[in-house]
Amino acid sequence: MNKLIVSLSPHVHSGDSIAKNMYWVIIALVPALLCSFISFGVGAIITTAISVAACVFFEWAINKFCLKNPVNTVCDGSAILTGILLAFNMPSNIQPWIIIIGAFFAIAVVKMTFGGLGCNLFNPALAGRAFLLISFPVQMTTWPLPGQGFGAYLDAETGATPLAIMKQAFKDGDMSVLNQLPSFQDMLLGNTGGCLGEVCGLALLLGLVILLVKKVITWHIPVSILLTVVVFSGLLNLANPVYANPLAELLSGGLLLGAIFMATDYVTSPMSAKGQLVYGVAIGALTVIIRTYGAYPEGMSFAILIMNAFVPLINAKFKPTRFGEVPAKK
Amino acid sequence: MKTFRIGGVHPAENKLSAAEPIIKAELPKVAVYPMGQHIGAPAKPIVQKGDKVKVGTMIAEAGGFVSAPIFSGVSGTVLKVDTVIDASGYAKPAVYITVEGDEWEEGIDRSEKLVTLKEKPELTPEVIVDKIKAAGIVGMGGACFPTHVKLCPPPGNTPQWVIINAVECEPYLTADHRLMLEKADQVLVGVDLLMKAGKVSKGFIGIEENKPDAIKLLSEKCAANYPNIEVVPLKTKYPQGGEKQLIDAVVRRQVPAPPALPVSVGAIVQNVGTAYAVYEAVMKNKPLFERVVTVTGKSLKYPRNFLARMGTPMSQLIDACGGLPEDTGKVIGGGPMMGKALVNIEVPICKGSSGVLIMNEKEARRGEEKTCIRCAKCVGACPMGLEPYLLATASAKQMWDKCLAEGIPSCIECGSCQFTCPSNRPLLDYIRVGKTTVIGIIHARKIAEGTKKNI
Repeated sequence: MNKLIVSLSPHVHSGDSIAKNMYWVIIALVPALLCSFISFGVGAIITTAISVAACVFFEWAINKFCLKNPVNTVCDGSAILTGILLAFNMPSNIQPWIIIIGAFFAIAVVKMTFGGLGCNLFNPALAGRAFLLISFPVQMTTWPLPGQGFGAYLDAETGATPLAIMKQAFKDGDMSVLNQLPSFQDMLLGNTGGCLGEVCGLALLLGLVILLVKKVITWHIPVSILLTVVVFSGLLNLANPVYANPLAELLSGGLLLGAIFMATDYVTSPMSAKGQLVYGVAIGALTVIIRTYGAYPEGMSFAILIMNAFVPLINAKFKPTRFGEVPAKK
Repeated sequence: MKTFRIGGVHPAENKLSAAEPIIKAELPKVAVYPMGQHIGAPAKPIVQKGDKVKVGTMIAEAGGFVSAPIFSGVSGTVLKVDTVIDASGYAKPAVYITVEGDEWEEGIDRSEKLVTLKEKPELTPEVIVDKIKAAGIVGMGGACFPTHVKLCPPPGNTPQWVIINAVECEPYLTADHRLMLEKADQVLVGVDLLMKAGKVSKGFIGIEENKPDAIKLLSEKCAANYPNIEVVPLKTKYPQGGEKQLIDAVVRRQVPAPPALPVSVGAIVQNVGTAYAVYEAVMKNKPLFERVVTVTGKSLKYPRNFLARMGTPMSQLIDACGGLPEDTGKVIGGGPMMGKALVNIEVPICKGSSGVLIMNEKEARRGEEKTCIRCAKCVGACPMGLEPYLLATASAKQMWDKCLAEGIPSCIECGSCQFTCPSNRPLLDYIRVGKTTVIGIIHARKIAEGTKKNI
């Protein structure tokens, strides 16, 4: 008889894996990518493809030549995901070389220098976006208008995004500017200007449903962010109608994309449910503050990056409720 | 539907033998009785080579208060007093008995007639506890804690309920399920006896909803004859059969961190197999020498449930199920979540052997370990509200104080964290090392403090 394998329990496994989780997130992003293609044309696809290819290449190359890892981590899907998310945070008419610089910063600087998947402090895709926003402010904030046909790419006509309109209204104290906002229906369907992945609210919400059903993420982070933004901006709107109404805040800019796909990044979010709620509320509040009082019209990516830095503190402070601490109930 | 309130996972149930009636296993040629079959001091052998024993003869006496005597399940001659490798993988002192015939001790009532508590008013709580103690009964769910100790709570604790653990949350195992279906009346008398012994007036039987036939049968019988016993259907979730989880699920109270006992919140938890053993011991004068064992596995030809005498080698039961499959990689004593992988299949059936699970080569291998991606799934799965990723890392780095501060002694080693980890990290392996070390340090500190005071 062959020798028996002896190991400690448990002897069964759920079958879950890093790759499975990553690929489900990627699948959840597909509806948003398709909507983006409909809104912005082939530019959306090209930008995403370049970004993914660059991210995967940098991860592979660093594993192979710099770290000389025997096992290349490129197959786990995390680099593909970073690539898609980075592209989703850029306008669809951006030049390819800028994308490649962003991909390099995201993968090489933010992810691999910290030790690769699981060790990075900041969300690579968002850090890449922030780096590009500061380095190439003009290119990163020249958004194409939707509905220019499927051929639209670098030469697409550009215009203001809903967030820029809101900012303008607040700056000038002129409520009539808010009338230029697209309808909620347009915002839900992605018929507005903006970064290529963030415009179609409906597709992003569909992604949220996929992630929740497949148990890739829990509800804590997205719900706490979205609720905080609605409540906070709702209060501002009640106090002074020059602040846009909360539903417009919810559907504009990268809020949904960030709350559903970026803030929920495993590596850079807190571990306990309580911590995740604190993190979500803080991101929501920071987003509204930056959007209304900051220099940039969009605050989501900075809010997430700032809170990324607080995650170790949140983890130390907000522990899960231990068994024995839940009170007796009749 | 009720369930426990923190964490939990849903492993595939794989109850392959749920429809198989309990059959009597054949007697072995040589029966082996390890002396350490329970938590606490090992039993002391009281027989010598050449002694004649019968079925039900005591062969080893209890080694202390937290201990239990051991009885022979076969009749024959003591072959030797030696050592045997038991389910833990260590060589333990053991009594070997060559089987000759099947002669039972006089005084054991072998009739099938049901005896209820009403017919025996002379049974006081003290008498019942003494009989349980004398019959060597321990927790039959696998933990093997001596039953009489649980029925004698330390001063200051007043039990309010007896909760019967009929959850059988381990995948594959069906021994308790079959026992409830086939011996429902006896089990209920056993529960009645345990309630009387614990001086409580309310009993609960917690059963997961994946056993609707057992829920229905026992509910009907309770409604007819036992108004004080309530069957509580529970939402299927692992590890509901953990003592603390079951109390939380049934009566919504949480036992504080160790060293607090379940009785501190008023609950005495006993396995359904234990209730049956108590019935047999008290009403039929039959000490604990046989039990129901599930022998199962996807590659096994005929997964079955056996009533096996203790001391029977597992290989014999496996043969009765069609033999050990060619591609066997692992044989587990117990269920797949908390069972122990055996080093060989000659390990004898003991008091805590609820099952034998065969896994093929492919199932038996662990997945490749990857880096922690901090997905927090282990935190969400931990039924004790701990942070397994943190405990495992602290333990790997030998940060024992950190382990203690993060509550490592509370870990119940259910394996939910490791089961759920997408990176296949051996979280529980590390946590076990940390837990053992930290508990050792706590004990050493207590002893040191005691010495200081004496000086």
